[in-house]
Amino acid sequence: MKIEPREDFSPQETERYSRNALLAQVGWEGQARWRAGRVLVVGAGGIGSAALLYLAATGVGRLGLVDGDAVELSNLQRQILHGSADLGRRKVESAAGSLAALNPLCRVETFDLRLNQANVGEVVQGFEVVLDASDNFITHFLLAECCWRYKIPLVSAAATGWHGQLLVAAPGAENPCYRCLVPEAPPAEAVPASTQIGILGAVAGAMGSLQAVEALKLLLGLDSDLTRRLLAYDGLQGRFQSLARVKRPDCPLCGRESEQ
Amino acid sequence: MKLQVNGEYRKVSATTVFDLLTELGLHPQGTIVERNREIVEPSAYRDTHLSEGDVLELVRLVGGG
Repeated sequence: MKIEPREDFSPQETERYSRNALLAQVGWEGQARWRAGRVLVVGAGGIGSAALLYLAATGVGRLGLVDGDAVELSNLQRQILHGSADLGRRKVESAAGSLAALNPLCRVETFDLRLNQANVGEVVQGFEVVLDASDNFITHFLLAECCWRYKIPLVSAAATGWHGQLLVAAPGAENPCYRCLVPEAPPAEAVPASTQIGILGAVAGAMGSLQAVEALKLLLGLDSDLTRRLLAYDGLQGRFQSLARVKRPDCPLCGRESEQ
Repeated sequence: MKLQVNGEYRKVSATTVFDLLTELGLHPQGTIVERNREIVEPSAYRDTHLSEGDVLELVRLVGGG
């Protein structure tokens, strides 16, 4: 297919993104929107690796990346942003290197830290969409609260074992938030960690890929069922589940009582 | 009684959501439950009685990344 040159895109960009622009819902307007897009990904692990690689490849102009860890050998069966040569490096540095190699047109801002109550607001501000690819409920709750307060759409993904889940918490009085589904952090014994029961890298990657899809749609203003549903994946059974989420009037985060 | 659980028919002796999770070895605080297309609040698991033919979707809550 012959690619028509574009005034607002370089010849390299025009060729690189031609398959994006052919998508009916995207076009060059959509590609320009992605190029101007600012997306924050929290966690450069199994889920975040896939999400970040796809967001960079697609051409999102500014990516923020939060992770306070170094690359360990046990990470490499799933965290595909990092290679054997990166062992011991800061994850944000390793990740930024991989993303620059994939798409040098993408600007990456790194935050080599763990999010907490004191720093989360400053980190998320300035981003249009936040992806929670973190590995713990403290961070899940922190991001759920902060993004809801600042009215930033949050795409939350998680995976352990053969299982993954995904939801979008979009700002809006009618939309359910993360805590409408998970009101309180579950006790550790109810939700075993990957250090106990393992995690299949490809399952984490599947959730990260789906998370990237949702982020890209949010930037274009496209609607998604996942603002009102939970998507769950059971890799062992080979089955997706889509559950209707409801906005809880007594939600500790977005409920009527908490707004008073 | 006979239920449809995650797409498969199965016979169970449980009569409430809470008992069903216990019977299947799932932690109630780590499982999201949809019964007949409506999510059941975790605080209502013990009081939610099951009926013959109920369709349940059980999702293991995960937090890893």
